[in-house]
Amino acid sequence: MPSSILESGSGSRPGALRRLTRHRGALLGLVILAALALMALAAPWLSPRDPIKTSPREALQAPGPRFLLGSDQFGRDVASRALHGARISLTVGLIAVAIAVALGTPVGLLSGYYGGRVDGFVMRVVDVLLAFPGILLALAIVSVLSPGLNNVMIAVGLAAVPNYARLVRASVLTAREQLYVEAARALGSRDLGIVARYILPNVVAPLIVTATLGLGTAILSAAALSFLGLGSQPPQPEWGRMLSEGRDYLREAWWISTVPGVGIMLTVLAMNLVGDGLRDVLDPRLKI
Amino acid sequence: MLTYLARRLLAVVPVLFGVTLAVFSMLFLVPGDPVKMMLAEFVTTPDQIAQMRAQLHLDEPILKQYGRFVANAVRGDLGTSIRSRRAVSTEIGENVGSTAQLAVASMAVAVAIGVPLGLLAALFRSSWFDAGSMIVALLGVSMPSFWLGLLMIVTFSLHLGWFPATGGGDLHHLVLPAVTLGMIASAIIARLTRSSMLEVLGQDYVRTARAKGLAWWGVVVRHALKNALIPIITIFGLQFGNLLAGAVIVETVFSRPGLGRLIVGGILAKDFPLVQGTVLFVATAYVLINVLVDIAYAFVDPRIRFG
Repeated sequence: MPSSILESGSGSRPGALRRLTRHRGALLGLVILAALALMALAAPWLSPRDPIKTSPREALQAPGPRFLLGSDQFGRDVASRALHGARISLTVGLIAVAIAVALGTPVGLLSGYYGGRVDGFVMRVVDVLLAFPGILLALAIVSVLSPGLNNVMIAVGLAAVPNYARLVRASVLTAREQLYVEAARALGSRDLGIVARYILPNVVAPLIVTATLGLGTAILSAAALSFLGLGSQPPQPEWGRMLSEGRDYLREAWWISTVPGVGIMLTVLAMNLVGDGLRDVLDPRLKI
Repeated sequence: MLTYLARRLLAVVPVLFGVTLAVFSMLFLVPGDPVKMMLAEFVTTPDQIAQMRAQLHLDEPILKQYGRFVANAVRGDLGTSIRSRRAVSTEIGENVGSTAQLAVASMAVAVAIGVPLGLLAALFRSSWFDAGSMIVALLGVSMPSFWLGLLMIVTFSLHLGWFPATGGGDLHHLVLPAVTLGMIASAIIARLTRSSMLEVLGQDYVRTARAKGLAWWGVVVRHALKNALIPIITIFGLQFGNLLAGAVIVETVFSRPGLGRLIVGGILAKDFPLVQGTVLFVATAYVLINVLVDIAYAFVDPRIRFG
């Protein structure tokens, strides 16, 4: 049963974790992610300065011994802001994906398991929501909730719900036709028990792959919304916001935008590497 | 073919109906009073609030409001912008050309880079070229468009002075935004082209064609690429939507007029009719583009229209 998919040497996919660590791309991604997570967690202790405190006399200092990654137009330390930014970006990504998984999974389970009218209705709603391309649905939700970092998290999460619902439903449709599900039904198991014990484990593998890849997308979308001025508000050190603030100083202070830019790219790259690796190990059918 | 066309077009109707319902509901999902939210920055009298409520027909029964919204939208009337006092359709009309230009040019860049890159990576599988191009593609997928845009501005505008950094209008202004948006989409197209080609290259008919002694490139172009194109065309539709949405960000980076900047400006100014109208327009355009893509690959692949 894939409930133990990550447990080495047990279940129907033995050694998945071992195979993941042997996957060069995934290993690189895991190392980058671990480093980023460590930096994010230790940001208050690692930061050389207060990320918010301004010091106009020290504005636009190039990277050097005093400011490791330079200072911005307000004299704030870019390295300290980037470290705290990692904290915000990772948290935003995790919460957004958690919202999407928490809402999309039950909807997909319900729709796929019961089928019929419930499925018809849910899938029509999903079709409608998928008619809003890319970041547009998140933009529409932000316009309803009004700009702000918390609302961006909610918007990015809600905008991804249809994708998760569809994915889970597809896995359920395959799983519910299995003999062991029919056997459980014949033995009089309740729907909730069947879903929890026999259907859900089949959904976990594709869900983990999609959620990992989705984490990168969520971080990108949230940073994009902050870049547009709809997410984090000054003086919060969020990567998208920092990039936007450095726009006017591209010629004389390239580091203000470059540091958060590299931060976002590395994080998303790491998520993609781990996600690709997980897909190869857990669900090779999804490979493109 | 006509049956397929009719079926595909009919399937769009409920989706578009749902899209209008979703966009219409936006106003009612606002926490609190939407009129007070829209006028929050102004000192208003109760009379002015009542006037705005009447202008938006918020006093009428909800079904009547929705009926009016749909009927007006079908006629091309998407309401009036609260800030500019101009018709939303006029605002869209002035900006749609710029966004369409950007989306088409980016798609051309994406295809010009993505298809050959993916094709060569598949043909030289497991070579340094394959590994290198897929690493580049992975970096492309992970790159934030707004940062790539800024890097483009620094390199090609501020340092080399080849292209203008901001603004819109002529072809010269289009190059940097189109390359920015197109490069990111090309990464996805390259990955898909590679996997699609690899699958087709393993098929029996390709092996048979090779066994018959046909030239290698002839087999690749006439037998393999033709079949590999079907999933690639599918992704065009999805990518076109992503390009429309990506334009929201790239237009802001390059201060270029377009639908994206119209939406963002509308959200920041709490101009709800403008946001609703533009979102409805873009979603409808996306749905219709996908129908056109479906019809396009029914032409390419007879299995789809007869299936």
